[in-house]
Amino acid sequence: MSGGRPWFTVLLVAALTLALTFLVLPVVAIFVDVGPRELIASLDDPAATDALKLSLQTSVAAIALILLVGTPASWLLATRAFRGRELLITLVELPLVLPPAVAGIGLLAAVGPRGLLAPLGVSFTLSTAAVVVALTFVAAPFYLRQAQSAFAALDRSWLDASRTLGAGEARTLARVAIPSALPGLTAGLALAWGRALGEFGATLMFAGSFQGVTQTVPLAIYERFATDFTGALGLSAVLVCVSAALLLSVKLAFRAAG
Amino acid sequence: MLRVELQATRASLDVALTVADGECVALAGPSGAGKTTVLQTIAGLFRPERGQVVCDATWLDVERGVDLPPERRRCGYVFQDYALFPRMSAWRNVAYGIRARDRRQRALALLERFGLADRADHRPGELSGGERQRVAVARALARDPAVLLLDEPLSALDPRTRAAAARELTAVLHETGVPTLLVTHAFDEAAALGDRVGVLDGGRIVQLGPPAELSARPASAFVADFTGAVVLTGVAAPGPDGLTAVALDGGGTIVSTDTLSGPVGASLYPWEIVLEPGSAPSSAQNHLAAEVVSITEIGGRARVGLLAGQPLVAEVTVASVRALGLAPGTRVTATWKAAATRLAPR
Repeated sequence: MSGGRPWFTVLLVAALTLALTFLVLPVVAIFVDVGPRELIASLDDPAATDALKLSLQTSVAAIALILLVGTPASWLLATRAFRGRELLITLVELPLVLPPAVAGIGLLAAVGPRGLLAPLGVSFTLSTAAVVVALTFVAAPFYLRQAQSAFAALDRSWLDASRTLGAGEARTLARVAIPSALPGLTAGLALAWGRALGEFGATLMFAGSFQGVTQTVPLAIYERFATDFTGALGLSAVLVCVSAALLLSVKLAFRAAG
Repeated sequence: MLRVELQATRASLDVALTVADGECVALAGPSGAGKTTVLQTIAGLFRPERGQVVCDATWLDVERGVDLPPERRRCGYVFQDYALFPRMSAWRNVAYGIRARDRRQRALALLERFGLADRADHRPGELSGGERQRVAVARALARDPAVLLLDEPLSALDPRTRAAAARELTAVLHETGVPTLLVTHAFDEAAALGDRVGVLDGGRIVQLGPPAELSARPASAFVADFTGAVVLTGVAAPGPDGLTAVALDGGGTIVSTDTLSGPVGASLYPWEIVLEPGSAPSSAQNHLAAEVVSITEIGGRARVGLLAGQPLVAEVTVASVRALGLAPGTRVTATWKAAATRLAPR
């Protein structure tokens, strides 16, 4: 990157500086306003620890469901050519652009107490299971999208080689495709997990905000922020740390596997 | 024995072929001729519109609805660029197809046979091109295949290792005793590895036979050109002394001992052409006035590009390039015997 026009380089650096400042400032502000003492104190609060525990439990459950169903589903979308494939992909990605409020209403209409599936006995609401349903709904497309493009980018001849060496499709998926697509899969996993941890609107509408049952960290932050801004800041700081640690550990795990 | 028959719209393929046990047939042809599709059909990775593949059992019979999946056909397939699993060590690559309990021992024994015992724990990325090729062949043999398929097994190697790899591969192929089908875009590779060579053009095998036969009696101008011969086009008619005279497109007449008439490709090998200075008379029956266009020295030989109405290549010694004082622009006479000129219909 040399020999270019100096004014253009200056422009690029300015753009990056602006973007970085804008993106990092709110995060920095949280930690500037919250001292380590408040951070510890906010963790002492049972409502905060309940919310943290619930957030981890529900997001892990949602991620497990997403991996279990999403991996074979995205494999199918990536490797088979069939009519209507593009339409299916669009449908699967639809929740990405859905406003959380619409997602919440939709979930109520589908699997709520008087929802579409209620006559079949499938209904969740105001329960921890409902939180998992909401998180799965909003986070799954992030993983599906990444997994599908990771599988589609695999060298076709590796898969063919596996088949000619006596491995069926399931074994090929497990032994060759998943290990080779691991970077893309972990990236999708990290995105989906981050989205699940931050989920707010759909959970609030579909599952409500009850401490210890459905009140995840974002909901707890919202509840506090009206009355106890410092407490809300402390909890926010905790969520930032957890999310950052998650992102980092997923990246490290991928590097170890590579 | 392997018997294949297939018709597919992909590459307009219409091919029928039988390979005996222990025999190696090389399919050669330009890229896009459908060579790889033939291998994929045998392995079950491509399904043609019509066809049959019979080896130790019927693997494919489209009419009767038989179509075994690739994992149930006993094919050892060496892919172009080898398709080694990048995240597995050499021995794990080889052991992938082995289901026995002692798979590690068996994989190591195979690697040892290929002189790779000390490379067993290295990943493909850490191996040289020649080593990767041997791992790929070892992996294909590990499953005790009923047929071996090789897609351009030498083309990813650099020219220096290619000759040694070809010798090794020939030895291995004959040792296995299974039918082997390999495809390549290079005639010299096909001739080096195949007991018989089939030339694929426009989706069909236009000639199938021992490599020497293809060189000596090419069935068409395409085959002649493909075997590395110089091909001159023209129109043949009965000539003097029972020979055939060919009026070349672009001027000049040559004679051949072959009997044919109508539009033909006249082929001859570059080393059969002798260059003489200026327009000297010659005992050989064919002489064409030509201009030297290029000179490329390869070892002690030189390939001399000529223009004699049609382009022509002669292969002479470097010594004779010096003796004749050849340089681009020099006028020479290219001469060769009537018996060296083979005619094929065009």
